[in-house]
Amino acid sequence: MARRVRIALKTAVWGACLAPLALLCYRAATGDLTANPISFVTNTLGDWTLRILLASLAMTPLRIVFGLSWPIALRRLLGLFAFFYVCLHFAVWIVLDHFFDWPRMGADIVKRPYITMGMLALLSLIPLAATSTAGMVKRLGARAWTRLHRLAYAAGVLGCLHFLWLAKVGRRDQYWHALVLALLLGVRLGHVAVRFARRRRERRGAPVGRRVNPPTLTAP
Amino acid sequence: MLIRRAGPFTANDVTDETLYLNRREWMVGAAALVLMPGEGEAATPQGQALTATRNEALSLQETPTKFEAATTYNNFYEFGVNKEDPARLAGTLKPRPWAVQVDGLVHKPKTYDIDELLRLAPLEERVYSLRCVEGWSMVIPWIGYPLAALLRRVEPTGKARYVEFTTLLDPSQFPAQRPSFFGFSLEWPYVEGLRLDEALHPLTLLTVGMYGRVLPNQNGAPVRVIVPWKYGFKSAKSLVRIRAVADEPKTSWNRAAPQEYGFYSNVNPAVDHPRWSQATERRIGEFRRRPTLPFNGYGDQVASLYAGLDLKKHY
Ligand code: HEM
Repeated sequence: MARRVRIALKTAVWGACLAPLALLCYRAATGDLTANPISFVTNTLGDWTLRILLASLAMTPLRIVFGLSWPIALRRLLGLFAFFYVCLHFAVWIVLDHFFDWPRMGADIVKRPYITMGMLALLSLIPLAATSTAGMVKRLGARAWTRLHRLAYAAGVLGCLHFLWLAKVGRRDQYWHALVLALLLGVRLGHVAVRFARRRRERRGAPVGRRVNPPTLTAP
Repeated sequence: MLIRRAGPFTANDVTDETLYLNRREWMVGAAALVLMPGEGEAATPQGQALTATRNEALSLQETPTKFEAATTYNNFYEFGVNKEDPARLAGTLKPRPWAVQVDGLVHKPKTYDIDELLRLAPLEERVYSLRCVEGWSMVIPWIGYPLAALLRRVEPTGKARYVEFTTLLDPSQFPAQRPSFFGFSLEWPYVEGLRLDEALHPLTLLTVGMYGRVLPNQNGAPVRVIVPWKYGFKSAKSLVRIRAVADEPKTSWNRAAPQEYGFYSNVNPAVDHPRWSQATERRIGEFRRRPTLPFNGYGDQVASLYAGLDLKKHY
């Protein structure tokens, strides 16, 4: 991919990911955060965490389905923005919502499954953010790094569970998000299944005693 | 932005406690400035003014929530599930003409025209706190009279043990009552209920106005009930029927999620919602959470209604 194109795409991602935060700041400055500002800010940040996380998880399926290569260049950036938003979301919970009431927050993490799920989602994003640099990829080795970064799917599942668990009866957006995640996971699983079947076919067709090289893998 | 501003003060591990607290308070101030809606061009109440006498004895000594907040942050699922939906969409509700059918196990069933209902008893203003099951609360000057005044007129029979409230069913006035692709988890019409003694309790207010005027549509025009010691969803809005019955009414939220919303739904900090804590609440307009009081602070008046009842079981 041409360098210019890649820079343009990344700039677009920066813009798209910072826009919700800019809008939130604008609404804060103009006193337009609804009658329950803390709840509004928490929810807005949570919404964007999940959306950006799902967007980052959509990049590989886009390549699988449409054969596009450019989405992969955006995956890490999107993942880091998801992490950025969840940090804000979490900080708002600690500072504004509970105002450092540690015992109560601790009790919530243990007792409220939706908080537990959110916490686990956040925790599973930490190693990913920490190993997001090119140096880290090298240090871990591509295979280990790839395996570790499958945690992103766990974060997606946990994030969706968090949302499903907290949403009141009558809401629907939690189902839409879960549906998108299920589709993305479906594409990945389908891809794995196809690859697996192909490998088996090749192995069966191959002359006895000869090892078949696995099909060349591009990083999943 | 706010977080960044607050950031340097949170990670301070060597500051002594008093200074630390001061900084915390400073943060509250800073956060409150940014987060609390300013005075601005606050919306003023509109609609027909109502003359009512303040019932001081039954009124909280607290500044009421801003009218704007009380009319733009509502749960009224007939308009949609978002808090701002009711204010945005409530124009479709037509609070006149309106009639309320009062019947069931009563000696004198009657359908009241709304204007007749308004004149049935002297209007009082009462400043109550309203605690939502979601963990926030408001202080609202309601206008109405005790529901008991209406119920006594129709004379419940000896068989009546509960009172059932039904909200208007009309998809042309309540957009969210139209069938939708996903279906909907609340069944319409909205039904709520009280035990007869709860309904006859002097705090239970048949409510026709707030902030000196008739109820805004998004707050349940033209007539609703207010039961201040219960979570807000018990206080059904836009009523078309009040019926005395023998059996516990099948209430909407209870049907939708029985393990989460019990028939009683008394405000109770000791009984958590299965998915979140009820120990604290955020009073709209305030920054810090405050502890939730048993029966929303009306325990002196109503706790005796539940003597001998296990409130953990009958949540
Ligand atoms: C990757 C991790 C996370 C994701 C994707 C996420 C996503 C969300 C979403 C989508 C919402 C609902 C917003 C709405 O109602 O429109 C939400 C709300 C919320 N989240 Fe998270 N969240 C995450 C982590 C956390 C963590 C770590 C905490 C705290 C420990 C947390 C606490 C909350 C709270 C308190 C709410 C509001 C619930 C309510 O209003 O009742 N979340 N989050």
